[in-house]
Amino acid sequence: MCPKCAHHFRLTARERLEITLDPETFHEFDAELEPKDILAFPGYGEKLAKAQEQTGLKEAVVTGTGTIGGHQVVIAVMDTHFIMGSMGTVVGEKVARAADQALERRVPFVTFAASGGARMQEGILSLMQMAKTAAAVGRLDRAGLLYLSVLTDPTMGGVSASFAFLGDIILAEPGALIGFAGPRVIEQTIRQKLPEGFQRAEFLQEHGFVDKVVPRSQLRQTIITILDLHARGD
Amino acid sequence: MPTVFDFEKPIYELETKIAELKQFSADKEIDLSQEIESLERRVSELKRKTYGNLSPWQKVLIARHPERLGARDYIERFCTDFIELHGDRAFGDDPAVVGGIGRMNGYVVTVVGHQKGRGTKENLVRNFGMIHPEGCRKVRRLMRQAEKFGRPLVCFVDTPGAHCGIGAEERGQAEAIARNLMALSTLEVPVVVAVIGEGGSGGALALGMGDRVLMQEHAVFSVSSPEACASIIWKDAGRAREAAEMLKLTAQDLLRLGVIDAIVPEPLGGVHRDPEQAAALLREALFHHLDELMRLDRQELLQARYHKYRAIGNL
Repeated sequence: MCPKCAHHFRLTARERLEITLDPETFHEFDAELEPKDILAFPGYGEKLAKAQEQTGLKEAVVTGTGTIGGHQVVIAVMDTHFIMGSMGTVVGEKVARAADQALERRVPFVTFAASGGARMQEGILSLMQMAKTAAAVGRLDRAGLLYLSVLTDPTMGGVSASFAFLGDIILAEPGALIGFAGPRVIEQTIRQKLPEGFQRAEFLQEHGFVDKVVPRSQLRQTIITILDLHARGD
Repeated sequence: MPTVFDFEKPIYELETKIAELKQFSADKEIDLSQEIESLERRVSELKRKTYGNLSPWQKVLIARHPERLGARDYIERFCTDFIELHGDRAFGDDPAVVGGIGRMNGYVVTVVGHQKGRGTKENLVRNFGMIHPEGCRKVRRLMRQAEKFGRPLVCFVDTPGAHCGIGAEERGQAEAIARNLMALSTLEVPVVVAVIGEGGSGGALALGMGDRVLMQEHAVFSVSSPEACASIIWKDAGRAREAAEMLKLTAQDLLRLGVIDAIVPEPLGGVHRDPEQAAALLREALFHHLDELMRLDRQELLQARYHKYRAIGNL
């Protein structure tokens, strides 16, 4: 975070896990799952290889289990450094498997969204991950389990329009860009400049789509309080 | 004047010539039946070749043909006692989507569908079938109503994508789509989807998830319209044709990828070449799948739907 303007820089998935979970409690799921160029989309294979090399990640999401303030949770954290956190089949699959784990363990599910949206290079299969992840968190909903969704910069398109906006409680980091269509696309479509603050976290809260904008420095404590308030007697 | 695409021009030229010859032969009482027959053989051969090998981009054009049937055309032909129901009970009524109740194949059903307009004026009213959040929420209200009364849900998909604009963002386009997906995945009644034109992005998926997803032979369904994809990847919407080739958006591709359950044949050259035959073909497929689903146990249906969507794209 910038000490002068309080700007929240984008974190890697590992950094996010580090500042969110209790130390040394994280156990990763499906670390070996990696994407394939299923549609033979030109340039995609190289793009994946480069992203893997640069980030040390296999895909744009890291999932696993750990504790936050002593509460056992299943967590999924996206990473924008990997092809803008876009959601392809493996991202969708890992999120859905994580939700399944939360259901099996009957613990809260916590996600940190950070994504430009669907991964174009996986075409329709990428779109179908919206259906897959929405269905997976839908089962948590039916089972009466807590799903806490944190929207970070940016949360757009296929990710915002699926699991990210389905949390029982939706938090957002200050200034995060959140929406469906990207601002560049909207400006091109309507041929006018967008107003200041449009699609920012504060705008979303004002319009009723985010429960609370929480600065990063208070985020862990806020999550702990929410988990406390949902803790079961057993 | 019907819309004729460049790749169809040789067919139309031959057809025009045949019509002229027939007229000439009748007027002058000259027997030209041999010439006409030979030309007719040529045109049907040409049609088979042209329409049997359509490129993805040609299919996009056919899927967007202005005379292609839309949701209301099918509702009129398939339903009796149809009553359109309006509004999301929160903000407004979105004309880009129609919905209502009626009888279909002996069942009382809830039907929803994207609705494009015929001609510019109606298209402006219907926003080219691009839904706003209130359209999504109208659909969700009708879905829940279907569930309450145990009615199956039939969805027609025909949209370039969800509307992109200031109001749509202010009113939560992403949230509205997400809620529809969750509702569709857990809805305790059979859901049959028919992709009847173009299915683009989350705006299509918001009505496009079900126990059976049928797709007409020349319909297309993709993560975004080819124009939007080209704009995202190359920052150049003009390269839409190229994007269409890469997106794997045809019904044939989607069946192979396990995204849809069946392809519904169209008359040679597309729905617009013979709308009544096209409607009959879709009706047969739709009713068949509806019948099958109505016989299944509802809990098994939900399980099967969940596993179907969990399996898509798994390597």
